[in-house]
Amino acid sequence: MTSLPETTAKKLGLVIDLDTCVGCQACATSCKEWNAGGYSAPLTDQDAHGSDPHGTWLNRVHSYEVGDGAESRTVHFPRSCLHCETPACVTVCPTGASYKRASDGIVLVNPDTCIGCKLCSWACPYGAREYDYDDGVMKKCTLCVDRIYNESFAPEDRVPACVRACPTGARHFGDLGDPDSAVSQLVSERGGFDLLPEMEFKPVNKYLPPRPRRDQTAQPAPRAVEQPATNSGSLADRFFAWADKTLAR
Amino acid sequence: MHPAYSVILFTTASGAGYGLLLWLAAAAALNLVPRDPMLGFFGLGLAIALVTIGLLSSTLHLGRPERAWRALSQWRSSWLSREGAAAIATYIPIAALGFAWVFGEFMPGQFAVGAVLSVPCALITVWCTGMIYASLPTIRAWNQPLVAPVYVVLALATGGVLMNLLLAVFGYELRWAATGTILALVFGAILKRLYWTAIDTAAKTYTAESATGLGRFGTVRPLDPPHTQPNFVMREMGYQVARRHAERLRRVSAALLFLLPIMGGLLLLLNLPNSIQIAIAALSALSAVAGVLTERWLFFAEAEHVVVVFYRGGSA
Repeated sequence: MTSLPETTAKKLGLVIDLDTCVGCQACATSCKEWNAGGYSAPLTDQDAHGSDPHGTWLNRVHSYEVGDGAESRTVHFPRSCLHCETPACVTVCPTGASYKRASDGIVLVNPDTCIGCKLCSWACPYGAREYDYDDGVMKKCTLCVDRIYNESFAPEDRVPACVRACPTGARHFGDLGDPDSAVSQLVSERGGFDLLPEMEFKPVNKYLPPRPRRDQTAQPAPRAVEQPATNSGSLADRFFAWADKTLAR
Repeated sequence: MHPAYSVILFTTASGAGYGLLLWLAAAAALNLVPRDPMLGFFGLGLAIALVTIGLLSSTLHLGRPERAWRALSQWRSSWLSREGAAAIATYIPIAALGFAWVFGEFMPGQFAVGAVLSVPCALITVWCTGMIYASLPTIRAWNQPLVAPVYVVLALATGGVLMNLLLAVFGYELRWAATGTILALVFGAILKRLYWTAIDTAAKTYTAESATGLGRFGTVRPLDPPHTQPNFVMREMGYQVARRHAERLRRVSAALLFLLPIMGGLLLLLNLPNSIQIAIAALSALSAVAGVLTERWLFFAEAEHVVVVFYRGGSA
């Protein structure tokens, strides 16, 4: 049923730190790898070895240049489904294939009932849904629903593949409906924000802003001078000092 | 937005079909045409054929057309589902009217009830078609109050042009239909002009700065794209070709869809020989078909989706 649940018991989602993301694409490639075999399988590519290779990916990393002059910066920006609280992609679905789970708030597509009309991709302002040209149905981030509850996994692996893969710890997973959760604390400490809040789809995923630039006009800290090795005058110290000098030649 | 031919054919053919159905049903209910079985057969047959071709064409846009029946289930929340359900429901009064008109009534009052019920059913279906697009806040050019009314008026206008042709071929009195069609065409031309002005002047409120939340640091400019070739989102939502030619194509579609058929309709009001009337009505219909196809192509191609700000910066 594409009518939305009144409330969800949990609001599982991601918090993405734009300060520490280095744009390495590890989240995007690990997402593709996991989901090509998991819930979203097959996650197909077209013309993979031809002149126009493209395919269905659930996570895309943009890089932007932001601001001007001394205050300008490069910001790497991963973009995937935000698992909105009031997602239009679900309510426009004519078949009921798109749904938002009342238990944890994850927005999913049932690949057995999706007719591939693409209307959900038109309704989403975030470009989060991609049509699978070979499978004929829509694909989207599942928040790795086939990992996070998987009890055969070690506890540290029960997170979305993108979170597990991120080498800089820029991606965090948790319940954003619980104000005491680590992710909610992180959002309130760092001033996490919504994308396109004026569209009022109430995204669950939050983004953390880049931290303020250090003052570039301040004097650089004096370079640490290498401390000479302590030489107490003992025979051993004098031997090592001689060895150091000789070997350094 | 990518102008898919299947969707252009769906909206124009079903629009003209429902429009023709509206004219025939109204004429039947008001006794404006003789109850000639051949007129009923060919008139309603053409309307049903156009509607059905349109609906079948819409399934060609689907990745899984064999599952299309599932689209009837979510009428509580989805305009696309409502459109499908209304389209199927409209076959019932059409069938009642058509059987009564062509073969005679199986039940007393079948002709009148079928005719009267066909009118709201067809209007609701075309309104739902327009609302599929008008209900999307992500696409500024579609999320406009005039979109659904334009769909309805253009259905009446294109259906009216076909009605004139039908009446001319059968040699029946057609001045009432020609007058109504001219009114629908003029009204359509005014609404479409207002619509084009509205989308040209509507503020582009969604920006790359708001979409990324990075506006606090200044302007946001794309540096590296997330992929080397266009993906589905860019192929579907990033269609750029039309905008360069938009103004010229608007003039072409206005001339073909409104100006020429209005002139044809005015000629039909004169007492011309029937063979000339048929020729005028046929040329008007051809012109309106070409015009509405151009208009609908432009409706898709001109529309810009908010997601493009992630890819090219700026506003949408």
